[in-house]
Amino acid sequence: MLIRHPSDIKASEITDESMYWNRRQFLGAAAGAAALAAVGPIGPLLGGAGKDDELTPYDAVTGYNNFYEFGTGKEDPARNAHTLRTRPWTVAVEGAVMKPKVFDIDEIIAAHPPEERVYRLRCVEAWSMVIPWLGFPLADFLKQVEPTSKAKFVQFETLYDVEQMPGQRRNVLPWPYVEGLRMDEAMHPLTLLATGLYGKELPNQNGAPLRLIVPWKYGFKSIKSIVKIRLVETQPMTTWNVSNPREYGFYSNVNPEVDHPRWSQNRERRIGKLFKQKTLMFNGYGDQVASLYSGMDLQKYF
Amino acid sequence: MTKGELTKWVIKPAVFLALLLPAAWLVRDTLTGNLTANPIEDITHRTGRWGLTILLGTLAITPLMKLSGWSQLIRLRRMIGLFAFFYVCLHFATYIVLDQFFSFVDMAADVVKRPYITVGFTSFVLLVPLAVTSTKGMVKRLGGRNWSRLHKLVYVAAAGGFFHFLWLVKADTRDPILYGIALVLLLSSRLLIPRVQARRAAVSRSASNPL
Repeated sequence: MLIRHPSDIKASEITDESMYWNRRQFLGAAAGAAALAAVGPIGPLLGGAGKDDELTPYDAVTGYNNFYEFGTGKEDPARNAHTLRTRPWTVAVEGAVMKPKVFDIDEIIAAHPPEERVYRLRCVEAWSMVIPWLGFPLADFLKQVEPTSKAKFVQFETLYDVEQMPGQRRNVLPWPYVEGLRMDEAMHPLTLLATGLYGKELPNQNGAPLRLIVPWKYGFKSIKSIVKIRLVETQPMTTWNVSNPREYGFYSNVNPEVDHPRWSQNRERRIGKLFKQKTLMFNGYGDQVASLYSGMDLQKYF
Repeated sequence: MTKGELTKWVIKPAVFLALLLPAAWLVRDTLTGNLTANPIEDITHRTGRWGLTILLGTLAITPLMKLSGWSQLIRLRRMIGLFAFFYVCLHFATYIVLDQFFSFVDMAADVVKRPYITVGFTSFVLLVPLAVTSTKGMVKRLGGRNWSRLHKLVYVAAAGGFFHFLWLVKADTRDPILYGIALVLLLSSRLLIPRVQARRAAVSRSASNPL
């Protein structure tokens, strides 16, 4: 399932949403290796979403976004992100690696056929979605540049270009947006680089052409429109932490026990649902990630 | 048509209809599915914003009256104030019913632990006696002096509304700060305008008495 340039995808090649749903039902019903082989490289729903996790509608996933580079309103990114040019696009990988390289986005996509992962996404603002991403493990990508023993953290950087990202004209946040992960978090099999959602190429407002997905952390950790990945020895700066260190920590793991100083993180509103629901520790991915933080005081390292 | 009649039959009904518009838009967008993907948040933000905007509108009446000399404006103030209270009530009801769904334990925790909710809730509570005593009968019963003293609470409520908004936003403080500037201008106008008028009166007095 190679995601190509919009210009060379024929309309007939794009799976429309009803087909997409039929395919999902078909997959659910068949659930056999033969069926999987027949539809191509759909990844295992690693970590996945539970039976109560209905997919959030495509229009909500692509119409309600936090992407301050295109405005601070939730509907601003969908309105404004058309100015972003996602081709040509390069991603520079540098720092503590044996093989630093500037990758072309199409080269990255060709080398890492996207698999589908359905993940819960929990925003620090206490709302959440369930999104079928297309992507590949960040670990696979990092292995090819051969991190050295000095690589203890990974820092990510978003494009900085006020022409393409008009929201950067206002100093709402320090630009460019930067994020970071500890090496073990970056290498965790749940951590993705996403190139699409709902079987389609990633819309600009969702962080095209390449974004991070770390499903057990608050959404702002999942940096969008990445142009640089730097492997470093010390804990890197992260934008929201710099902007307000009292409210946003480096780790920012989803944690119902640790409130945001100004609001509770105990419950969340699933977009499309009327009533709030309980927020799960590590956004429900504790079985797979809790061991990364054993012995750490999560009240302190929030 | 006298000025009084113009206010009573034309201007006041027009302002009444204009202040109903935000509610009409809200109903329209709810029915046509034009709220955001998080409709409860959208309703909460819209009603809160209109409540604060219209509350600042009531504070603008006195300075406008003094500056323009158009005394009929005072006849609009109670209605505008009650509209502010109407939107604040919608805002509060949205929080209780749609956002928290009567979860009183969570709401009590919010009021105690979250400063932006503490000030917002306080402002709402302060507006209640103002709405209750807005009738002519209540003005008489309280006596004009007590009534005006009580209604000074509107300044506290408006300031609370500003902090409620400011402390809610994550990083983009532009909009709440614009409200804050408006509030400071409206409050400082109360200190400045009487002086201007007094000076003007003094000037005109001395001009008319050339001894």
